[in-house]
Amino acid sequence: MTDTAGSGGSVKLKLDGVAKNFGGVRAVSGVSAEVKEGEIFSIIGPNGAGKTTILNMTSGFYHPDEGSINFEGTDISQTLPSKIASLGISRTFQNIALFRGLTVLENLMLGRHVLMKTGVLAAFAYWGPAQREEVEHRERVEEIIDFLKLTDLRKTPAGALAYGLQKRVELGRALASEPRLLLLDEPMAGMNQEEKEDMVRYVLDVNQEWGTTIALIEHDMGVVMDISDHVMVMDMGERISFGTPDEVRGDPRVIEAYLGTTDHKEVA
Amino acid sequence: MFHRESGYFNTTYKADMALYPLPIAKFAIAAILVLFFVVAPYFLDEYYLSIINLVAIAIVGALGLNILVGYTGQISIGHAAFMSVGAYTAANLATKLDLPFWLTLPAGGAMAAFIGILVGIPSLRIKGLYLAIATLAAQFIIEWVINHTPTISGGVAASIEMPPPEFLGKELVNQAELYYFLMVIMVIALVGAMNLIRSRIGRSFIAIRDQEIAAEIIGINVFKTKLIAFAVSSFYAGVCGVMYTYYLGIANYENFQLITSIDYLAMVIIGGLGSILGSILGAIFITMLPIVIRLLMETFGSIFVDDAALAQVIAQFRLIIFGGLIIVFLVVEPDGLAKLWQNIRNYFRFWPFSY
Repeated sequence: MTDTAGSGGSVKLKLDGVAKNFGGVRAVSGVSAEVKEGEIFSIIGPNGAGKTTILNMTSGFYHPDEGSINFEGTDISQTLPSKIASLGISRTFQNIALFRGLTVLENLMLGRHVLMKTGVLAAFAYWGPAQREEVEHRERVEEIIDFLKLTDLRKTPAGALAYGLQKRVELGRALASEPRLLLLDEPMAGMNQEEKEDMVRYVLDVNQEWGTTIALIEHDMGVVMDISDHVMVMDMGERISFGTPDEVRGDPRVIEAYLGTTDHKEVA
Repeated sequence: MFHRESGYFNTTYKADMALYPLPIAKFAIAAILVLFFVVAPYFLDEYYLSIINLVAIAIVGALGLNILVGYTGQISIGHAAFMSVGAYTAANLATKLDLPFWLTLPAGGAMAAFIGILVGIPSLRIKGLYLAIATLAAQFIIEWVINHTPTISGGVAASIEMPPPEFLGKELVNQAELYYFLMVIMVIALVGAMNLIRSRIGRSFIAIRDQEIAAEIIGINVFKTKLIAFAVSSFYAGVCGVMYTYYLGIANYENFQLITSIDYLAMVIIGGLGSILGSILGAIFITMLPIVIRLLMETFGSIFVDDAALAQVIAQFRLIIFGGLIIVFLVVEPDGLAKLWQNIRNYFRFWPFSY
């Protein structure tokens, strides 16, 4: 899987010496990384390593205390999350954050919020342009529903779905905004083998068919090593290793971070 | 029962996204429209029509509050104050500038929305109970300002007589004539609210209610959207206030005090938060309850107490039953009358087979 789409592409996302403190805790300290256009980029590391903080800073939820985050040449380190979504970054959450009272369809329509324009008065009348816009976006959403095989569930409230399906709907919502960079926070956490395989296939399909750049956090090493173009390993808020899966796998610092000793040759 | 959903296949998204995609629902709506616009005014006398008028006014107010509380998840205890803003704006425009209703209605709504935004800018930065207290403050401040500004409130009694609305040169003076006037406004407000909720704006309201963080991540400007919800809600309150002023023929702050705000909160909670049907049922319930209780007491009350005491008992009893019913409803069906209706419908959907 190495060096197919990843190498040679332009830089999509660039972290430059990014640091973040929470009170006295240094969650992330001086992390630099580059995510290339069209690749799948994974962040791994033990719990509390600062992986999610990196994702939260990229999606504008936190702002870094030091360093800068650059997306397609624009500095986004101080940009508000709602603005970042309209720049073309979308994400999913570790703990599912769906709009539980709304149907699958409405959740996905909300994913296209930034692409729609209807204002209050037009919505009140629901006439002409407002209705046309709804229908147009519905057509795009239906493509995603088809792609993720959610056809029979489109009018089910998201809160009533099984866990694995909710994860899939959340991926759909993130895809609906037609992002150029997709951030996935543990997309396969808590899934059984079958659900994981499904999810991996969707992630690969998104990457290959739509050319979406993907940055993901995942604990399942098998998955990470199989699908990633590049892997960044973090521990205690610092980047301890970076490279292709093979390079990372053999890195003694990675083995130490995970197992505490250097006696082992392989990461389980 | 008669409500069969299978067998209808929409072939366009437009048809699937209609307010009432099923033919049976379309017939039902048509039947209800005929009932209220043709049959009811023909058979009912003025007293009953005036009750329906009151309900129609309450529906508009309840819709507004439900957009804010039920759909956006932001509480407000100052709804009545925004009604008074609408009421006094319209009354002043109608008496001083002689403006017709089709200008005073939107003007009253717009003014209420404007004041709503002024209140919302500081208040909507806080949440939950704190927001409740902030809107409570707004209720008292607005009330006080109107009361102590003679140019707004029209002098000592703080009331302004409202000229009757004029339609095609005819003054609508009695309740039967006001009936169509108020009902048409209510229907416009109702359809508008339904449209709002099923479109981009309404979805962003619900997104904020369900998951504020996720809403922000998918690109919704949370503060701005909350402000929009507050403005829309206040607009509805303002229009409701104007309707009430035309109904009474007088704008008076006493009709828009804290207790009215609480009544409207009770409407949306009993009716069903985040439900258009809930707003309607809640408005009917809260408006009709005192009337029905009075009627029952007058009919059967003399069995238990003598006539002299009855008048006094009725007033007290009303409060007791009112409070009791609210508690019962909240315990039995916290999701309100709308949910109750849904349960009944779901039962009959598969009737006579249970699954």
